[in-house]
Amino acid sequence: MSELLVALLVLPIVAAVLPPLLGLVWKRSGWPIATAALTVQAGLALALAARVVEEGVASHAVGGIAPPHGIELLADGLAVPFVVLIAVVSLGLLAYTRVAGPRSNPFYSLYLLLVAGLTGICLTADAFTLYVFLEISGLTAYALVARTPGGEAALAALKYLFLGTVGATFYLLGVGYVYVATGTLNMADIATHLSTAGHDSRLVIAAFAFMVLGVGIKVALVPLHTWLPGAHSKAPVAVSVVLSGLVTGVAAYADIRLVLTLFTPEFFDAVGVANDALLVAAAASVLYGGFSAVSETNVKRVLAYSTIAQVGISVLGIGVLTSTAMTGAVIHLVGHGVMKSGLFLGGGCLAARYGATTVEDYAGLAREEPVVAACFSVQALGMVGIPPTAGLPGKWFIALGAVEAGYWPVTALVFVSTFLSVAVFGPVLYRLYFHAPSERATTPQGEGRISFGMKAITVAATLATVALGFSAPYLGRLLAPALEVL
Amino acid sequence: MIDVLLARATYVAAFGLVALGLFVLVDDQNLLKKVFGLNVFQTGVFLFFISAGYRVGGAPPILAGDGPYVNPLPQVLMLTAIVVGVSVTAVALALIVRIHRAYGTVREDELREVLGDE
Repeated sequence: MSELLVALLVLPIVAAVLPPLLGLVWKRSGWPIATAALTVQAGLALALAARVVEEGVASHAVGGIAPPHGIELLADGLAVPFVVLIAVVSLGLLAYTRVAGPRSNPFYSLYLLLVAGLTGICLTADAFTLYVFLEISGLTAYALVARTPGGEAALAALKYLFLGTVGATFYLLGVGYVYVATGTLNMADIATHLSTAGHDSRLVIAAFAFMVLGVGIKVALVPLHTWLPGAHSKAPVAVSVVLSGLVTGVAAYADIRLVLTLFTPEFFDAVGVANDALLVAAAASVLYGGFSAVSETNVKRVLAYSTIAQVGISVLGIGVLTSTAMTGAVIHLVGHGVMKSGLFLGGGCLAARYGATTVEDYAGLAREEPVVAACFSVQALGMVGIPPTAGLPGKWFIALGAVEAGYWPVTALVFVSTFLSVAVFGPVLYRLYFHAPSERATTPQGEGRISFGMKAITVAATLATVALGFSAPYLGRLLAPALEVL
Repeated sequence: MIDVLLARATYVAAFGLVALGLFVLVDDQNLLKKVFGLNVFQTGVFLFFISAGYRVGGAPPILAGDGPYVNPLPQVLMLTAIVVGVSVTAVALALIVRIHRAYGTVREDELREVLGDE
């Protein structure tokens, strides 16, 4: 049954080849193929989740060569929530893209490859294979940003490409250092050999610095975030959803993997400055992302800056290094993935019909589109952390873990970020509901329309946010075995 | 000091390339040259891996003659990484073609003038 892990990677890659091939005889083959493949993918992900809940861990030796010499795929309680998140969000998003686009076959090829890359990051137990999957998801993400016609998106994509590639290459350099220090590439095997090399040896510290710096660019930790606002706001709506909801979250997952599985908490006991550095960068992200979001007027850029802040909160949870805070970090990443997807979808609906792109444009739209506005509002309240949405439990556990570990500034930052979120989304919601609609803003633009699928997925994302808020304890129980090392 | 550096000449060269590549990537205004800088930067990392797998007097890792062999694993890894590097270059060049088509320039300072500072 461990073939399940391989199937989760092979299926989207094989399906990605089909749209261009079938495109020769069937012009619009991309959407049906992606829908079929991702439906199966979601089924496989849920089957894997059921298996991990039952047995704890599922692992597969690629090509029959046993680890540590061969490449190992591994799914534990930590990987599974992300695998399911990727499969479900990417499937649901197709309901939006059917009418709103992009509709071309190359888009769906890239989209499926991105799903494969992200799933691979979650499932690999090998440091070098992680680099390959980082680059697969990176390359497809650059190309997807450039699906918006025109020079601005291409420029944003190129900036993203430069920084993303430098990040991945720094990570690769770190893998080289680890390989020199330990002679192995399997993450668990590296962890056992690191103590022989000495956790505080210069080689190991340099390896940590390079790897976390590299992944930090992908996570968009301040000051490595400069690519994010442009890339996330210039991309087509569907791509913004994937970038903000999945790509940055999965990069943060890679960070958790490095901290927990590869370097292990013993490394942080030996080198205290390592997680201090992580905490400082995360704190900078929370503050910078929050304040920038407050001063932005373009809704997509507001959401992009808010992503920097929210992922920063999760990284705070990682840096605290207690199992409570780590649980919070994972719950917050998954919750943020769903909530931010919902916000981009709601905003995308309003932009498609009314051309509303700035906070000013949202005035009075609640009267025209009550359902979409209500969904947008629930997700916005989730960002603030109002129960019963998915925004509360993650922040709560991170703050609690920080108190347990005596990191009071972290607790304070979580509260500050909550107030900043109010300052960000308050004005938007106020305009939506209490401003008189202007003539221009409520006139439908062109032939843009909100299809049933677009509305349905926006509502579904809202329901998922509320459901996640209630199911946080289950998620915590699923995570517990994977976090025992703390 | 000089002896130490000479004994590790390939590592010095590798990090020379890393530094040079990063400098060009950050400093040059021409987007194409930035891509070249990125390539040089990546090549430096490749060289680092290959150097780490080398051993003095090692034979090529073909299990026919007598050992000791050089470590084949870093070489295999770098084959993969080179493929990734080529793909990145291809995507970057495609994007630059689009930028040139839209704005008629591949220089960052001129683009900034056209777009206004963002």
